[in-house]
Amino acid sequence: MDILTGLEKPSESDYLNCIRCGLCLSVCPTYREHLSETASPRGRVALARKGLEGELELSPNLIEQMYGCFACMACDDACPVGIQPAELTLAMRYVQEQRQPAGWKKTLFEGLIPHPGRMELATLPLRLYEKLGIRRIVYALRLTRILPKQIRDMEAMLPRLPQRPLRRVLPQTTESRGEEKQRVGFFLGCAQSLLFADESAATVRVLSRNGCTVVTPKEVECCGMPAHGYGRLDLVRKQAQHNISVFEKSDVEVVVTDCATCGSTLKEYGEYLKDDPEWAERAEAFSQKVRDISEFLMEIPLEKPKGRVETRVTYHDPCHLRRAQHVSEQPRDLLKMIDGLEFVELPESDWCCGSAGSQLITHYETSTQVLDRKMDNLESTQAQVIASGCPGCQMQLNTGIQRRGLDVRVVHPITLLDEAYEASDE
Amino acid sequence: MNNDFIGQLIDIVGKNHVLHTPEDLAVYSYDGTFAEGTPDVVVLPENTDQVSQVVKLAAEARVPIVPRGMGSGMAAGSIPMMEGGMVISLTHMNHILEIDTQNATVSTEAGVITADLQAAVEKIGLFYPPDPSSIRHSTIGGNIACNAGGPRCLKYGVTGDYVLGLTVVLADGRILKTGGKPIKDVTGYDLNGLFTGSEGTLGLVTEALLRLAAKPRYAKTVLAEFDSLDDASRTVNAILSAGIVPASLELMDQTAILCIEEAMQLGLNTDVEASLIIETDGADEQTVTSEIEACANICRESGAQSVKLAQNEADRASLWKARRSISPSLARKAPNKLGEDITVPRSAIPEVIQRLRAISAKYGLPIVIFGHAGDGNLHPNILFDKRQPDQWQMVEQMVAEIFETSLAVGGTLSGEHGVGMLKRPYMEKALGSISIDVQRHIKQALDPLNILNPGKIFTN
Repeated sequence: MDILTGLEKPSESDYLNCIRCGLCLSVCPTYREHLSETASPRGRVALARKGLEGELELSPNLIEQMYGCFACMACDDACPVGIQPAELTLAMRYVQEQRQPAGWKKTLFEGLIPHPGRMELATLPLRLYEKLGIRRIVYALRLTRILPKQIRDMEAMLPRLPQRPLRRVLPQTTESRGEEKQRVGFFLGCAQSLLFADESAATVRVLSRNGCTVVTPKEVECCGMPAHGYGRLDLVRKQAQHNISVFEKSDVEVVVTDCATCGSTLKEYGEYLKDDPEWAERAEAFSQKVRDISEFLMEIPLEKPKGRVETRVTYHDPCHLRRAQHVSEQPRDLLKMIDGLEFVELPESDWCCGSAGSQLITHYETSTQVLDRKMDNLESTQAQVIASGCPGCQMQLNTGIQRRGLDVRVVHPITLLDEAYEASDE
Repeated sequence: MNNDFIGQLIDIVGKNHVLHTPEDLAVYSYDGTFAEGTPDVVVLPENTDQVSQVVKLAAEARVPIVPRGMGSGMAAGSIPMMEGGMVISLTHMNHILEIDTQNATVSTEAGVITADLQAAVEKIGLFYPPDPSSIRHSTIGGNIACNAGGPRCLKYGVTGDYVLGLTVVLADGRILKTGGKPIKDVTGYDLNGLFTGSEGTLGLVTEALLRLAAKPRYAKTVLAEFDSLDDASRTVNAILSAGIVPASLELMDQTAILCIEEAMQLGLNTDVEASLIIETDGADEQTVTSEIEACANICRESGAQSVKLAQNEADRASLWKARRSISPSLARKAPNKLGEDITVPRSAIPEVIQRLRAISAKYGLPIVIFGHAGDGNLHPNILFDKRQPDQWQMVEQMVAEIFETSLAVGGTLSGEHGVGMLKRPYMEKALGSISIDVQRHIKQALDPLNILNPGKIFTN
């Protein structure tokens, strides 16, 4: 009897036509560090196929290879046959969770992450660490030096933390400055609210300045990406349904987010729920409304900032923005609007930074090797600022910069636009 | 595989460089073909000395050795036969050792990716011309083992034409160094030539000294589209007979065009029966331009319905990316494909293409035709579904007929892929018994225990 009967699993067409040409090896960040077939997209496709067809057991090691993928999707783009190895690894993680659900994932992805209040409580120690000045002392005394390497690198990920989560601060409705041209919904992601509150505050200011009344529903939950990455597509669907309902009530034509990862997930809700008759249409309608902030700003008549930002800036493409959403020109165009700003292209700007959500924690060695490649490229630009509209990437870049002792500021592109506006107001 | 042996391997290369879980072995069981053969252990050495020690150990234990790069081979040359054995993957030996600008040479480890090597030398104005379609996912070592070609070989020659020296680990573990920086060298037998293209059956190439050229400063590319495949194939000879040597002269038929258009959306005309991609290059812009114009004119005179010059570097790059993607993109049409690699005298190209179409019609399975038409190297690809036993049988018969066609016009079995496991049955017919006998004696002299990639090129 097939042990996979009744499970939601990849279909034959997802792997059958892989002719194993090997093209994907050349673009895979994990292959390029490990230089072993096991860490390659082609290898993962082969393992998935052999696992699904019963030639290999779905052993812990086989499943671990599926988690070895950083899901940067470079292979999905490169494959001339149309196989999507990165997607396949995610689907295999879901197969495993259906067979043998891990208890800790239930706790984390069902009990904690979808509940903004609990998340805010859970991250309180981090905010206190900043707010009470402990972090300043730690740095002043260079106490990070005594931490184990990985802990030190994780500490370095953290941006300057907000005093309060933005969700608690931001009004439900922010009126447009001047005449209202449009009402837009704002999906405030967890990382943005808890860690990068300044950026999302800037996003709302920029929208309002450009004639948008911004509706930020407080009841939204996590977009679902963390659960997806850990094989709990079932939970993603629940979170999707919740978030779709929330925005259906807010009467907006557009849902903007300034988190690349949230955006990529929200845009996939239609796909995740396509086989659910009750939700398919609603989900698709919702996904159609979603825009990344840079994508949206380039669609509307945007005020040219009169203030100057004198600095040399480069840009890192988040995988979830460039590959998942095909948004790559807009953030660059947005930066190039700013006077005084010297824009320089980052070599291999679309190469994964190694964050992939939590790989710095779960796959430390590989994650930092991939990061080193990014840092070599960053150093070659001699940029003073690196912009990237993804909290995961920004944290990873922070770590890389600390590891190298570089003096480079990591920002969201929106921050620089906001600064240019502020400069003109002064 | 016994634990003692694995322990000894670990002693040589370290724990992380010896793979033997079922998952590791499964992913080293294939290459760029449909064939599979599972190894008993995979070793990833970091230097020649480690390779030498590993080979010595294998020789003592009589363990078959299968050398491997990135596993993009098209002849099942880098996977074990039924009896298993040890895969030695050279991907960790990925350092460029020296670029000598005065002598225009590069010294490199075998596991360097060919495109990386090219990029490194081009940065300083030098040029490594061989450009197999797998340029980004194959290694210099693999290219040497198969004497790889590519589109530019029409003007610049194949991998072997650039090999000045090799470091080879022999079957008993001794380390042989051949050649050197001098361009001319007739001191003794040409061992570079012997090991190049030997598919790991005579020794393991771990390092190479390669000759470089000056990087051409200008390149111009045209895409010529034809309503008739026969017209396109005749145009190839018309161009070459006009005294022009393009850098590349590539042909692709309608199915090939359809597949890349589906994969890449370049806006190619999918109604035409065939296209040629022609490139001229050189140091002088005027010559390059006048040559490409001459090629374009010949295409028009020979019945091309459209001739387009790539307007900029991005256009040109996307044409070549499309060309390189043909082979894998064919898998959009069928789960399996068998890509052959016959090379014929170029005068015979039109006739061979007609015969290939007849073979396809006879068996009812598609044969896609593309390849380096300028040097007579064609890649007829049969599309099929290996799960259908009757189809597989037909494929075998079709392959036999393709080879007969090539041999009948004075052609060969393989221009650049090698023999590997897949073309062995046709070797005697292609080369004759005396040649086979001589080659077997060479193998016997260098690998008396028959542990180096056994069963490849010749049946045991």
